Amino acid sequence: MISSILASWNDDYWVQTLLRVAGGLVGVLLIAGTLVYLHLFKMVSFMQSRLGPMEAGPFGSLQLLAEVGKHLQKEDIFPRKADRFVFAAAPFVILASTFLLVVVVPAGPDAWFISNDVGIYLGLALSSVSVLGILMAGWGSANKYSMLGGLRATGQLIAYELPLILAVVGVVIQAGSMNMQTIVYAQANGEIFGWDGIGNPYILTQGVAFVIFMIAMQAELTQAPFDMPIAESELVSGYMTEYSGMRFLLFFIGEFATAGVFAAVASVLFLGGWWAPIPGLEIDDNAWNLLGPLLLIGKIVVLTFVVFWVRFTFPRFREDQLQRLAWKFLIPLALANIVVTAIFKVWI
Amino acid sequence: MTDITDRQQLKYIAAQAADARVNLELETEGMTLNIGPQHPATHGTLRIVAKLDGEQVIAADPVMGYMHRGYEKLTEVRTYPQVTTLINRIDWLGSFANEVPFILAAEQLMEVEAPPRAQWIRTILFEMSRIANVVLFLGDMAVQVGAVTPVFFAFRDREHILNQIEAVTGGRFHPNFDRIGGLKDDLPAGWVAETKQVMKKMRAFCDEIETLVMGNEIFQARTRGIGVIPADVGLQYGLSGANIRASGVDWDVRRDNPCGLAYDQVDWKVWTHPDGDSFSRFWVRLQETREATKIVDQLLDTIPAGPVMAKVPRIIKVPAGEAYVETENPLGVMGYYVVSKGDLVPYRVKIRSASFNNMSISPWLLKGVYVPDIITILASLYFILGDIDR
Amino acid sequence: MSSTDTPTEETPTEEAATDSAREAMLEQLSGELGDALVGSHLEPGIDLTVRVTAAAWADTAAFLKTGMGFAYFNFLSAIDWMPSPFGRDMDSQVDITLEGTEAKPAEEMTWGLAGGETRFQVFARVNDIVKHRAVTIKADVPEDSLTVPSWVGAYAGSNWHEREAWEMFGINFEGHPGLRHIYLPGEFEGNPLRKDYPLLARRVKPWPGIVDVEAMPGDDDETDSAEAAAGDASTDPADAGSQQ
Repeated sequence: MISSILASWNDDYWVQTLLRVAGGLVGVLLIAGTLVYLHLFKMVSFMQSRLGPMEAGPFGSLQLLAEVGKHLQKEDIFPRKADRFVFAAAPFVILASTFLLVVVVPAGPDAWFISNDVGIYLGLALSSVSVLGILMAGWGSANKYSMLGGLRATGQLIAYELPLILAVVGVVIQAGSMNMQTIVYAQANGEIFGWDGIGNPYILTQGVAFVIFMIAMQAELTQAPFDMPIAESELVSGYMTEYSGMRFLLFFIGEFATAGVFAAVASVLFLGGWWAPIPGLEIDDNAWNLLGPLLLIGKIVVLTFVVFWVRFTFPRFREDQLQRLAWKFLIPLALANIVVTAIFKVWI
Repeated sequence: MTDITDRQQLKYIAAQAADARVNLELETEGMTLNIGPQHPATHGTLRIVAKLDGEQVIAADPVMGYMHRGYEKLTEVRTYPQVTTLINRIDWLGSFANEVPFILAAEQLMEVEAPPRAQWIRTILFEMSRIANVVLFLGDMAVQVGAVTPVFFAFRDREHILNQIEAVTGGRFHPNFDRIGGLKDDLPAGWVAETKQVMKKMRAFCDEIETLVMGNEIFQARTRGIGVIPADVGLQYGLSGANIRASGVDWDVRRDNPCGLAYDQVDWKVWTHPDGDSFSRFWVRLQETREATKIVDQLLDTIPAGPVMAKVPRIIKVPAGEAYVETENPLGVMGYYVVSKGDLVPYRVKIRSASFNNMSISPWLLKGVYVPDIITILASLYFILGDIDR
Repeated sequence: MSSTDTPTEETPTEEAATDSAREAMLEQLSGELGDALVGSHLEPGIDLTVRVTAAAWADTAAFLKTGMGFAYFNFLSAIDWMPSPFGRDMDSQVDITLEGTEAKPAEEMTWGLAGGETRFQVFARVNDIVKHRAVTIKADVPEDSLTVPSWVGAYAGSNWHEREAWEMFGINFEGHPGLRHIYLPGEFEGNPLRKDYPLLARRVKPWPGIVDVEAMPGDDDETDSAEAAAGDASTDPADAGSQQ
């Protein structure tokens, strides 16, 4: 009886949509929360020789819950001259771009949201919507600091979209497809010089592209050393200055959610996604549907560790130095990587 | 959202108009950006009105006085020991260092000489307040440039120095320990050995900052070549301390005019740097901190025995005259011009504070820089609002 | 005798040796300024103070900077020599209690080193950091116009110092690019550092008397009794109900 109900769900469009929406929400928000606790509250605190929040829950694990409660009960402040619609819509636009990006990430052989042949580029294109959101936040705040922050962010994000995308081209050439699921299978089934013990994670052959992707990811997330838009010591909070209460929390969660989702994309592209060389498990085993998401979360945690470690250590670049790095260094490097990959692919 | 009444609306408009009138010198074109007075970067309540063209500064005008406490008027109604309590709070990070030039000026007028042990301990505490002050700068400049972690290390390691100062004087931030003729008390037992350990820790901290901050390529990219002060301009504006030494000027009041403090009994070096940019100011202060730890070590080894207070009358009446004494305080050169008419209270005390002169170069210096560089330059000049505003 | 260079107290020859530098400075200045140099005070081994006329105030600065090599501008400010019309707050208490006399009336206007003739004096200090010498320059501010020429032409750094002196004392500086408030808000009236500008805190609540003259255990007897008298007497006439 139950199995027949479940079987019918397989083809029902609305049930599947509901499941995916719920899965997306839960997945993104849970991961964001975990990252906030692990990295922001604990890792950074230990690096700065302090303990971090310890009061709410054992070892401060429920701190984020407390923060949510705190932000919910705050006054919803609108600056007087703010454009109300633009001001209110901005955090939602940014969050929307995050959820749209997570849609292309597969978490298992059958655990995916969409399986699309332009997968990765669809995702990256949709994630650029966040630029709009930041600009809306900067403009709608009716505050010169926010405007400055919004403009800086726009320039930075547009500049770093290119290295991001060009770095991915190398992976696509090697995998032969833009479909994320195919990229995972290509890494799982691939071999390194004839040895297929650990498959072929593209971080080995596309190491340069991986580094470029990580740098561009850091810039897309406006984390230090690329956090000019939110340069705390100059612009107070840049485009986030005028937001308070729940709206600020949306920005805050959005920042960590986007970090998690970008890390998921990076781990799919370069680290093998939901697959790992576990001895005894074949690629088409059903256990991957349970194990896959867990492995993916583990890889997300590792990559975001690096992102936040760099964020809390380095000073920030000035805007022109930042642009110079993108246009004069990263893009030529990514283009060279593409050429080399293409040569290798054709002749080897 | 609450309703705004007509009166509030009028007040708001009037305030905007008044705000625009503030800038008499600057033309009204481009965007006016108000940095401060509540701002994470300005060390206190400083307001800088910057006229911007995109991200470049056309003109920058510091507006001060948010912390003006009227020190020079207050000193005219306080006895000399009470003035010491007051002036502790001018530069609140370099606590003990504020008292020393004033006490030396009063001693000069009274023709009293503090005993050698008192001068030694004065010098030790003076150097320790320099270390405490500049250690904070080392972490603070990193924060202004964007690296949020070193400042935590700075605060953590500064606690060691403050503990030592508290052990001697009873106060971490405002010791109020110097007296005309010597010091209030002698050193507690075991203090010398502990302080030597603390100096080792401070040297370790300096090494840590050297690799973490100074060696960082991004930090160097942000500070090298930014805010270059030529030596002759610096001299005209009266810059002092590390700011002028980073422009290659070899001038240190400790060496050239110690006024009785024990600097001539110690083997130490004055650090200069030829570049004159923000990086060199950071570099000079880092070297000076290390040098200060070495000075303290040498002084601790050679403290003479004896009394810590000379014979002075109970009620201090300073004879008529005028005296000016300046010392090399952590922020720069601080001096007190004391005019006395033979009373219990000074007639006029002119406080020459280092940060006032250091800040006066900022309208000239900030022309044509980018907005992020404003913050870097102000951080490298290192002023304390209490020192500017008095 | 406390001095900045310790050996000077010993022999006259050593004193003369330290003086010669400052005496040479004084000679050079008087040679250039002539009649404009109206007073000077040389404290051997300690300092040199020189007073010039207001008309020559800016020229002195230019000569010091270019002709004598004093490239470093230290500070510039003013002094108000008028005795405070509010009485000698703290001192009158001392006069009553310890010395057994009535509160002394305020003195006539007296001036400090290098003399003076007017109520206001501007004074400034410049250093020569190469040869390690410094000099304090004073000038009388003319009573009628309260104006002196500005030093901004010679030392750019005097801009802010002159703004402060204008704000606190009301002295005009001719030739200054823009005298405006530096510490006080825009509509502030009055010049706070003048002696006739009251310190409101003291007018509102008079000082209760010398309270830091309490007998310490184990002091001499005579100081004990005098201080006891001071401690008692000071509480009575000052004001009732103030803290001890």
